[in-house]
Amino acid sequence: MIVKVKLFATLRKYLPGVELGKSLDIQLESGTSIAQLYDVLGIPAEEIKLAYVNGIFCEMDTELKDGDEIGIFPPIGGGSY
Amino acid sequence: MWVLRINMSDQSYKLEELPEKYKLLYGRALTSQMVYDEVPPLCHALGLNNKLVFSAGVVTGTAAPTSARVSVGGKSPLTGGIKEANAGTAWGPDLAKMRVRALVVEGLPEKKDVYWGAKVKWDDEAGKPDVEFFDATEHIGKDVYEVYPQIFEKFGEKVSIASMGTAGELGYGNSGVVFNDMARRPSRYAGRGGLGAVMASKRLKFIILDAKGAPGIDMVDKSLFDEGRKKLIDAIRSHPISQPKGGLNSYGTAVLINILNEAGGLPTRNFSAGRFEGAAKTSGEAIFETNKERMGKEIYNHACSPGCIIQCSNTYYNEDQTEATSCIEYESTWALGANLGVDNLDDIATMVQLCNAYGLDTIETGGTLGVAMEGGLLEFGDSKGAIQMIHEMGKGTAVGRTLGGGTEVTGKIYGVKRVPAVKGQGMPAYEPRAVKGIGITYATTTMGADHTAGYTIAPEILGVSGKLDPLSPEGKAALSRAFQATTAFIDSCGHCLFIAFPILDIATGFEGMIQECNGVLGTNWNADDIVAYGAETLKVERKFNEAAGIGKEADRIPEFMKIEPLPPHNQIFDIPDEALDSVFEDL
Ligand code: SF4
Repeated sequence: MIVKVKLFATLRKYLPGVELGKSLDIQLESGTSIAQLYDVLGIPAEEIKLAYVNGIFCEMDTELKDGDEIGIFPPIGGGSY
Repeated sequence: MWVLRINMSDQSYKLEELPEKYKLLYGRALTSQMVYDEVPPLCHALGLNNKLVFSAGVVTGTAAPTSARVSVGGKSPLTGGIKEANAGTAWGPDLAKMRVRALVVEGLPEKKDVYWGAKVKWDDEAGKPDVEFFDATEHIGKDVYEVYPQIFEKFGEKVSIASMGTAGELGYGNSGVVFNDMARRPSRYAGRGGLGAVMASKRLKFIILDAKGAPGIDMVDKSLFDEGRKKLIDAIRSHPISQPKGGLNSYGTAVLINILNEAGGLPTRNFSAGRFEGAAKTSGEAIFETNKERMGKEIYNHACSPGCIIQCSNTYYNEDQTEATSCIEYESTWALGANLGVDNLDDIATMVQLCNAYGLDTIETGGTLGVAMEGGLLEFGDSKGAIQMIHEMGKGTAVGRTLGGGTEVTGKIYGVKRVPAVKGQGMPAYEPRAVKGIGITYATTTMGADHTAGYTIAPEILGVSGKLDPLSPEGKAALSRAFQATTAFIDSCGHCLFIAFPILDIATGFEGMIQECNGVLGTNWNADDIVAYGAETLKVERKFNEAAGIGKEADRIPEFMKIEPLPPHNQIFDIPDEALDSVFEDL
């Protein structure tokens, strides 16, 4: 299956060359979880805070489906002003 | 400790001993209490009887980290209710160091065409502050970026300055009170709710503080303060959001654009969608990467005010390496970007700079232009047209004055049904249909639609202090209530609200903040006490609003959000009125 991955903020270095806001198609075995996707991408777990899949927050053990769009974020904050 | 009253009816001042009942009140807690005690709720916000109250926080002026906040309070010409807006600036510590707990501007001169400056300086011999007035009329009608250097030149680089721009002079509901940042830019705004117009209505153009020789902050228990301070510093320095080269220091607050967009909660084209196709181009990452390309190196953010160790304020540079503006906050890049269908960062930077130069609030300006675009004044995406409209606002043309009235007024004038405002104040950068808790805060806060008042985004979107489902209404009234009460305390203690990220996750940091306050005040507060302190402030604000005719019927989200489903999640705002009412009923 193929999923579309976007990385943000400090995680952008793990997909070098991908334009900001654009996703990269990644081929995965069916049944791959979000945590396993992190391994595929080579991102240390401690650098990741959370992922939104098709706009919905998902836990690490969520199984991905063909065509899923995943945005992955490090800890970020701001906006209180 | 004093209350310094500046009476603009005759340009006189009075220094009063701080009344016993205000002993533990600082910042927002004090501005709101004094507005409640002294301002008739039904007075005209730009009339004789309104007052403008300034107060710094409990630890402002001490060595506590990230604590140079000052609150400004009064009756708001935008909402008709009570207002507190705060900013990070050296002006706050300077006021506190002179031991002025509250600076109150009252009265109104008969002569309308003369503006005044008030210089407050420490008189070493007398051991108290004194005030001199000067004619400031020559500085009216000007860009504040032109005016500030002249005032610094005249009074010395060590002073700090509070002022307002033409938006205030023109009496707009959209006008802030501005303070200088560390580089002496007039860029730190207590922006929301039209307090700039209140200051201008009193014909007071500047309040200049010169704290040289002032005694500083008195502390009851210095070692307790130091212990707390150390804990808080450790928490800030070790949390990935607030640490050096962490999220805020690298990307600024605008780092939130992409996560809100992914979550489907980034209000787009006047709140008609929750995702903007050009969002990434307006984000903190884009600011960082554009700067890197233009300046040939990575540029990290700076402190807006003395003693800030988070340092989240960015500078955005033009192609020719000159400064375009400082700073582009998340709310600003959203208001003038996604909300207008604009993805050109250079144009957004121009708009932010113009808002600062004219004394406009970027959130209210973006909200207003979004409604005006929907009403047909301009096409969505027309950033050049938007820039022109901001000029018209600043210069006070007929259309500019219309827009200066704010989001709600503009909606009425252009016959628009989709008007994202509560209690007359335009909504900030989070969509209530996609993030239910923040919608409850917008609806119920005494301030009018305001995100800072109860920032439930932390758990709902960012996963700070747990992770909640933003689309679910479950438990969100209680969540908003708890955040609103805690925030009212933080707005009173003098710390920048961004310490919330580390202290919500790191218990010792939270403890440290309370110990700092106990050290200064000699109190024995615990976590429950500070929530109760904040809740008291909310109750006072609420009482003022009720007496001003703003009761629970005003604690509602605009109708269109209850009937128009918002893509991509196709949700409406489904929080029942009883849940909204419970926020204050159960306080
Ligand atoms: S964290 Fe940012 S807004 Fe807060 S005091 Fe520091 S620089 Fe200013």
